[in-house]
Amino acid sequence: MIVKDHNELFNDTAYVEQFERKREFENPPPAGDVQKTAQWSASAEYMEKNFKREALVINPAKACQPLGAMLCALGFENTLNFVQGSQGCVSYFRSHLSRHFKEPVAAVSSSMTEDSAVFGGVNNMLEGLENAYTLYKPGMIAVSTTCMAEVIGDDLNSFIKTAVEKGIVPQTLDIPFAHTPSFVGSHITGYDNMMKGILSGVKAGGKAAPSNSINIIPGFDTYTGNYVELKRLMNLMGVNATVLADISGTLDSPNTGRYQLYTGGTPLSALKDSINALSTVALQKYSTVKTGEFIKTVWGKDFQIAPVPIGIENTDEFLDMVTAVTGKPVSSEIENERGRAVDAMIDSHPYVHGKRFALVGDPDLLMGLLSFILEMGGRPVHILCTNGDAAFVKDAEALLSRSQFGKDSTVHVGKDMWHLRSLLFAEPVDLLIGNSYAKSLWRDTNTPLLRIGFPLFDRHHLHRYPIIGYQGAINLTNWIVNTLLDEMDRKAMFTQSFDVIR
Amino acid sequence: MMRQIAIYGKGGIGKSTTTQNTVAALAEAGHKCLIVGCDPKADATRLILNRKAQATVMDLARERGSVEELEIGEVLLEGFLGIKCAESGGPEPGVGCAGRGVITAINFLEENGAYTEDLDYVFYDVLGDVVCGGFAMPIREGKAKEIYIVTSGEMMAMYAANNIARGVLKYANSGGVRLGGLICNSRKTDKEAELIMALAAKLNTQMIHFIPRDNQVQRAELRRQTVIEYSPEHAQCDEYRALAKKIAENKNFVIPTPLEMEELETLLMEFGIMEGEAA
Repeated sequence: MIVKDHNELFNDTAYVEQFERKREFENPPPAGDVQKTAQWSASAEYMEKNFKREALVINPAKACQPLGAMLCALGFENTLNFVQGSQGCVSYFRSHLSRHFKEPVAAVSSSMTEDSAVFGGVNNMLEGLENAYTLYKPGMIAVSTTCMAEVIGDDLNSFIKTAVEKGIVPQTLDIPFAHTPSFVGSHITGYDNMMKGILSGVKAGGKAAPSNSINIIPGFDTYTGNYVELKRLMNLMGVNATVLADISGTLDSPNTGRYQLYTGGTPLSALKDSINALSTVALQKYSTVKTGEFIKTVWGKDFQIAPVPIGIENTDEFLDMVTAVTGKPVSSEIENERGRAVDAMIDSHPYVHGKRFALVGDPDLLMGLLSFILEMGGRPVHILCTNGDAAFVKDAEALLSRSQFGKDSTVHVGKDMWHLRSLLFAEPVDLLIGNSYAKSLWRDTNTPLLRIGFPLFDRHHLHRYPIIGYQGAINLTNWIVNTLLDEMDRKAMFTQSFDVIR
Repeated sequence: MMRQIAIYGKGGIGKSTTTQNTVAALAEAGHKCLIVGCDPKADATRLILNRKAQATVMDLARERGSVEELEIGEVLLEGFLGIKCAESGGPEPGVGCAGRGVITAINFLEENGAYTEDLDYVFYDVLGDVVCGGFAMPIREGKAKEIYIVTSGEMMAMYAANNIARGVLKYANSGGVRLGGLICNSRKTDKEAELIMALAAKLNTQMIHFIPRDNQVQRAELRRQTVIEYSPEHAQCDEYRALAKKIAENKNFVIPTPLEMEELETLLMEFGIMEGEAA
């Protein structure tokens, strides 16, 4: 049997006619009106109205707290995500992560329904923990919440204690938790809450003599390649580093022909000893706010935020920071890699220099990408961060003001991709950087799209390649310059500029 | 060491009046205090701030569209004797979720440094009953560890007090929260003190103080003042001072033993409040 491709199938006469008949019942506006309105939506007049929009959000570049909390917990060994709330939410988190990583993502929900909303979710938690522990034998259960549990005020701390007191789960089992209301913040807030929840909630071995290791918190980072790269760099420097939390083994596991529920993740023993590290270095600022505060005040330990190590300057600074903490110098091998990255960037520089960029994504990712684009002489024109705040605007503007290429930049926070659509019509750019949801902007505005960020549903394997470190700089250079060159060739296709050398 | 205290009780029983007068007495004795009103009516701080009603966390959040747009200084105000005041506020009657408003407001206060180390006391003045999870926020772990229930000799006030004790029991089993006593805010019912003492005994606690009724309190309230500010020499002030001292020195913290409805009725019959055959 030949299975027809989606595009071909729906071009069959039968389907074309069926869609046409169906339209009669959809009470559609005349085709001409649709065309006219589409054109009007590209006008300056519409943009003005669009930016005055108050009660509607279209295509925001953010997800909700429990998703970030789940990503965080997935980075720990033998850890089961347990979401106190309704089933549908958890299906969404699982499929969202699965569609990005193309990996199975396990999580359980306590299946709260109408009666739980009235009586409180304690019984769901007790039964859920019992079932989850018995069936899936986790080494740690990380509990987060959906909106429903948050609105009715479920008290996770007291519920979990009750479960332990009733002997439903063993006293020795670690059950850290985080309250993650989706209506507050975004997925990066959830990541932060869960990281703090885990660090504060596990039965740590307690403070001992300081070890010679450091902790590295990558933050909400969906590039499995970044984790591999980070560990490789630390190995080359001879630094003993604990990555909190390492999702690379969980969300990029080898296919052995046998499904395993738990693969990879930061060992729980390393997690428990993390309190004794020399220092904790976070690679993101906005997804580690509460975690950092916790490490400084409750642990009373050193906590530093490195600039997101994307691009040459930021990677330099991060590695210098590691050297300062551990005393381990940057190895010559890494220095060679740096040289190769700089060489690659210089090779491609003529095609990137002066090009106009639009970027949409999480605040930390944007800070890293901006730094790199400025290094390449690119001009970031529109910077849009749905889940950014005033502090991000300040940080981004400070970074942009340091470069002559950052002079035409505007930073938009709390805005969505429908705003960005207007911006792209009003002031077109050469390259748009964003996640798969930016695809509609690519279609509507004809702007070439480079997929960087989360989620990436419609292209495969991108998350396997690092974007941090010097290797990451080479990858970014590769993606950016070749997308620009593809576009250049497309435009030069039947002109005298059509050439084999670029 | 900061002590966090939650005051519960039936609506209209005088929680806010009692809390503000007691806190005024504590402040007079040199303690640094914060009052957090956890009631959408937002009347827990007017006697301290001498104004109609302060801007609440949720009012401003509604105005600005998000609680993140708030500055702590806008909702944390200082009143009589430097007492700090905050009100959670909440939705209009009949809509939304007041319980979530309490959670949001307390999270906001915590995250924005309202709980400074120099504070000796934090008082949560919580709406009538522990009606949903949100109103139990003040007694979650890491927050109020002691609870006082304001009641009177009226049956429904006692019924509510018993109900609140049931709520406390739930949290006491898994957390550290304990009942510190009943405060009898007199309504001049028959054998009121004896009755409340008997109820307290059944609940495994004490009647920590009996506040006699005095119209001076109402006269002060009309001027948006505590009686301690309005007429510091008045005898009624000494009642609040006594209560403040007893709370400060209280060592009697228990897990309550709530009564069954029948038991409560029997108690009322014993005191001749309710007609019927004594069991």
